[in-house]
Amino acid sequence: MIRSHLRISRRRLLKTGAAGAAAVGTFSIIGRARAAEEINALVWCDHSDPALLKPFEDTYGIKVNTKEFAATGEALAILEQSQPGDWDVLVLDTVDITKVAAMGHLAALTKSDYPWDDIFPQLTTESLHFLNGKLYGIPEKFGYNTVAYNSSKVDPADMRKASVLWNEKYKGRIAIYDYYVPLMQMVAIGIGIIPPQLTQDQLPAIKAKLLEMKPLAALIGDVVTVQNALVSGSADIIAGGGEFATAGLHGENPALDWVLPDEGGIRWMQSLAIFEKSKRKEAASKFVKYIMSPAGQARLATSACYWAMPANNKAALSDEQKKILRWDEQPTFLSKSYHYMSPNPEMDKAMLEVWTEFLNA
Amino acid sequence: MTVLTPHCRLDLTRWATWPAALWTGLFFLLPLLIMLAVSFSARVDNRMLAVFTLDNYAAFFTQGGGVYVAALLNSVEVTAIVTLVSLAVAYPLAYILAYGVPARWQRLLLVVIVLPFWTSYVIRSYSWLLVLSEKGVINQVMMALGLFDQPIGLGNTRGATVLGFVHFFTMLLTLTIYANLVQIKESYRKAAADLGASPLQVFLRITLPLSLPGVAVGAFLTFVLAIGDYITPQILGGSRELLLPQAIMLQISRQANFEMASAMSMVLMLVVSAAFLLFARHLRMERV
Repeated sequence: MIRSHLRISRRRLLKTGAAGAAAVGTFSIIGRARAAEEINALVWCDHSDPALLKPFEDTYGIKVNTKEFAATGEALAILEQSQPGDWDVLVLDTVDITKVAAMGHLAALTKSDYPWDDIFPQLTTESLHFLNGKLYGIPEKFGYNTVAYNSSKVDPADMRKASVLWNEKYKGRIAIYDYYVPLMQMVAIGIGIIPPQLTQDQLPAIKAKLLEMKPLAALIGDVVTVQNALVSGSADIIAGGGEFATAGLHGENPALDWVLPDEGGIRWMQSLAIFEKSKRKEAASKFVKYIMSPAGQARLATSACYWAMPANNKAALSDEQKKILRWDEQPTFLSKSYHYMSPNPEMDKAMLEVWTEFLNA
Repeated sequence: MTVLTPHCRLDLTRWATWPAALWTGLFFLLPLLIMLAVSFSARVDNRMLAVFTLDNYAAFFTQGGGVYVAALLNSVEVTAIVTLVSLAVAYPLAYILAYGVPARWQRLLLVVIVLPFWTSYVIRSYSWLLVLSEKGVINQVMMALGLFDQPIGLGNTRGATVLGFVHFFTMLLTLTIYANLVQIKESYRKAAADLGASPLQVFLRITLPLSLPGVAVGAFLTFVLAIGDYITPQILGGSRELLLPQAIMLQISRQANFEMASAMSMVLMLVVSAAFLLFARHLRMERV
C-alpha cells in the first residue's frame, strides 16, 4: 500500500516537475519577451500618474514600471542595492545629475534627439547638465521653493518680502518644508546673501536666523505634511512651498496661492536621464522623448501628485492651467530666481549639521 | 526528542536547532554584522570606503555640540513617557477585561481592542492629526460648546506624538497583560481572600506581582517599537523636536550617508539592549 502510494507520488512528482519545468521555461521566455516591452523608471511621484503613463504605454506598447523615491539619497540607496541594468530611466534633481553621472550611472545623451531649443533658456545651464562635454540630463519640470500661503488668512503683500519667514506677526502659522538646501538658500536671500555665493563662513549667520525662525514655526515636515497643514488650517504659510504645494488644490480652494518674494527665490528643477547599464536604451529614449513632447509636458506639469511648470515652452497646457501656473509671470520669476545649490560634500555636511541643530532647537 | 534505532540513538532535538540557528544567523546576525561593519567605515566622495574608523561614533557624540546625543535623549524621554502612560491606561483595562467581564464577552472585547491594528499605521497617524488639527473634531466641539474662542493647535506637538503612540501601544500592552492575568490561578486570589486579605491587598500582594512578567514584556515591546519609530513623530510631532530615528533618516535620505546612519543605529540598538537587560534582569520574562 505504501509502496503503491509512493509510486503514484513519484509519477505525480515527475509529472509535476515536468509541468513546472515547462512553466518555468515558458515564463522565462515570456519574461524575456515582456522585458523588451517594459522599462523600469526610478522617479518622483509625478511620473507614476496613470494619466501621464497610459498614453505612452498605449502608443508605444511599452509598459513603464515606476519606483518612487523622495530624495536623492534614497535613489542612490536603491541603486546601490540594484543589479546593473535593473533601471532604465531616472528622474532626479537637476543639481544632482552631474554628480550621479560622475559616479558612472548615467548614459550620455544626444542633444538633437530631444527638443533642447524649446526648453526655457534659463533652465539649460551647461554646468548642470553636461560633464566633460557630454549631456547627461534633460530638464523636464521646474518650479520654486518660495512662499505658499492661504490668502484669506495672511496679507499677500507680506508674502512678497523674503523676511516673512521670521515675521513675528505669523508666529505659529508657518510650516517649514524640511529640506535644508533650498530653505537655507531662502534664508540667505532674506539676509542679503546671493545664494550662489553662499559659503561655509556664512553658515553661522544663517543658523542664527534659522534659530530665530524655529519658535515661530508651527511644524516642520515633508511636502505632504506641510501641504496638509495648509489645507487643514494648522498653518497659513509654507516656507519653501511653491506651486507644487498649492496649484493642484487651486480648484478646491482658490485662496491657496504662492508667490516669489521681490528679493528673489530658489528654483528647483528635475531632469530626465537614462542609465548607462540599461539594456533598453531605445525604449528609455522613447519615454524621455514622450515626456518632453508638448503633450507629455502638459500631462507632467499637471500630474496628480504635484503641479509645476513644464520645461518645454511649447507644452500643450490650457489657458486655465497656464494661469494657475502663472505662465505669464515666468520671465520675471526666472530672472529673479536661483538654481538649487549643489554643495560639495564638505559644505553639504556642514549645512545638514546646521539644519539638524535647527530641528533640535 | 530521541529516536531509538537498532544501531544508534539519534538526538533529533540537536539537529532541529540547526535550521533555527541558520535562520537567525542569516536574517538577524548577518545584517547586524554588516551594519556594524558599515558603521566603522568612512564616506569619501559619496562612496563607502572600507577602512576602520571611529569617526562616525565620534561625530555622534561631538557634532553640532552634541545634537545627536540630544536627539537620543529626546527619544528616550518620549519613549519613557509613552511607556508609562500606556501602562497606566492598559493595566486597568486588562484587569477589568480579565476579572470584570464575563468569559463569553472577553473574546468579543479582545477583537474590539485589536480592531485599530487592522488599519494602516500611517492612516492612524494622519487620522489623529486631523482630529487634533485646528479644523478637527476636538477644536470644533470645544468652540461649539463655547469653551474656546479660537481653535488651539493640538497637533504637531510632543503631546500629539505621545497621544498617537499611547493609542497604538495601549492595545499591545493590554493584550500582553491580559494574557498574563488570565494565567494566574484563581485559587491564589481566593486563598488570600479566605485568609482575610482585602481586595486591595489581594491585588498588591498576589495579582500585581504575578502579572509583572506580562507588564515587563509589554513595556519592553512598547519601548522597542516607540524608540525606533519614525512615522509618528514625523506626522504628529511636526518635527518640532528632533528624535533619533528622524536624525538617522536625514542622514540616509539627504546624503545617503549609511556609515553615519549605521553608527547612529548601533547606538540606538545599544540603548534598546540596555533596556532589555534592565527588564530581563529584574523580571522573569520567560513566564509570559
